[in-house]
Amino acid sequence: MNIKTELCGLPLDNPIIPASGTFGFGQEYKDFYDLNILGSISIKGTTREARFGNPTPRIAECKAGMLNAVGLQNPGVKAVVDIELPELKKIYLKPIVANVCGFSLDEYVEVAQLMSEVENVGWIELNVSCPNVKHGGMSFGTDACCAAEVTSAVKAVSKKPVIVKLSPNVTDITEIALACQEAGADGLCLINTLLGMRLDLKNRKPLLANVTGGFSGDAVFPIALRMIYQTAKVCKIPIIGCGGVSTARDVIEMMMAGASAVQVGSANLINPFASKEIIEAMPKEMKKLGIQNLTDIIGVAL
Amino acid sequence: MTKGLYLIIRHERLTDNVYRLVVEGDTSSILRSGQFVNIEIERFYLRRPISISDYDGNTISLIYKVVGEGTEALTHYKEGREIDLLVGLGNGFDTDTVCHKPLVIGGGVGIPPLLKLTKELITKDKQPTVIICFNTKDEIFLYNEFKSLGVDVLVTTVDGSYGVKGFYSDAIKESGIKYDYYYTCGPLAMLKDIHSTLSVQGQISFEERMGCGFGGCMGCSHKTKSGYKRVCTDTIINSDEVLFD
Repeated sequence: MNIKTELCGLPLDNPIIPASGTFGFGQEYKDFYDLNILGSISIKGTTREARFGNPTPRIAECKAGMLNAVGLQNPGVKAVVDIELPELKKIYLKPIVANVCGFSLDEYVEVAQLMSEVENVGWIELNVSCPNVKHGGMSFGTDACCAAEVTSAVKAVSKKPVIVKLSPNVTDITEIALACQEAGADGLCLINTLLGMRLDLKNRKPLLANVTGGFSGDAVFPIALRMIYQTAKVCKIPIIGCGGVSTARDVIEMMMAGASAVQVGSANLINPFASKEIIEAMPKEMKKLGIQNLTDIIGVAL
Repeated sequence: MTKGLYLIIRHERLTDNVYRLVVEGDTSSILRSGQFVNIEIERFYLRRPISISDYDGNTISLIYKVVGEGTEALTHYKEGREIDLLVGLGNGFDTDTVCHKPLVIGGGVGIPPLLKLTKELITKDKQPTVIICFNTKDEIFLYNEFKSLGVDVLVTTVDGSYGVKGFYSDAIKESGIKYDYYYTCGPLAMLKDIHSTLSVQGQISFEERMGCGFGGCMGCSHKTKSGYKRVCTDTIINSDEVLFD
């Protein structure tokens, strides 16, 4: 059984990548298991300056999922490049995915350029889809022209492949995906969280201090799968599937819909061993389904 | 941190909406009082963080209040059932600080972790005075457990139906107790008042809505004088580092 795959020309030992925002900079998980089992790691979304993020509460539960409104808490690109990435390199030997966010075109370009020069960064993941910040994040990813503009600007400076992480909070995700592809994106990651909210019934007010948050978890899997399928039908560049993945079968389903690699997000938060357990379960599931090479099934359902 | 299945060996109601759940299993990852576990509850996506009230070589005592649908569902779990726990989360109380007569002040469902803390303080030859605060007499729990440790225990109720009428501060005033340090866990308003009123140093245990409970999601961050901390990994903070909004 061969679980190897490839992402934008770089080999992956397996398709499993913990999703940005659910795995910090790796340190929180290093005592749970040897991280080197992972295909790669997508680090916490990084901005130019250090950010605290939104006020709390910034987590709320839903049926079969959760809302978060963290708002890109991170120590800023300098601390990530100087401290977090070298520390991560000590415990994780493979290339990582650097998730980059910004509040202006200049910020995206500056952060992406700095990150792309770091040796253990394998890919830049352009986060134009964070729903929890105003005047940044998602506002760049819900308009095809803006998404294309930031993609081509970052491509011009990046020394590493650029993967654009798309928002599902749009009418037609393929329009944005095609615009990014035409602007030179090397790959796409979909989907980021869906915009949602909950109320606190006792207070009769929104539960999250930010009012709205990003919905993730098991419940979003069919939406993510549909968007991967639609996008893979029209785009040539590789796709990282993301959204509600918690089992090896979910991984296989997303790959059949067109994903070359798969991110595991919220599942890590309720079971810190989730990504490892999914990788370990892959050969058994593949055997059941008669799959010899994982790469053989990418997009077979299209 | 340990993740595993723990056997429920006792589950009992202490007051109208407070329950004690005693489970059996690996406790080797619990290093200090004031740490917590994160409980998986069937049909609920996120785990529920519950403070450890007491523990020994193979049992953990958890006391929780029913605050929503998840904890309500937990009340129906019977003895003999296994539950999935993440154990040994949070930093816990530091009982090696230089003090002789610490105050241990708990409010409502913030009281449970102070039971094991008080035991630890006694083991370390300190003389704690415990103040436990409730709204009314019917809500009182753990009083006998504290009393059996042989320490002074003061009870306050807001309506005066038992013990000192009022708040922790009224108990201090009335009894005139001397203290040189404090440990506290309880409602935010009480923590704020203690932090601004008491002239000695102390340790304050916080709570927040959490995603994971082990630092992965950054959901429960708050600001301190020494930077941003996560309530899940830095549950207990020294009073000189605390920043209230």
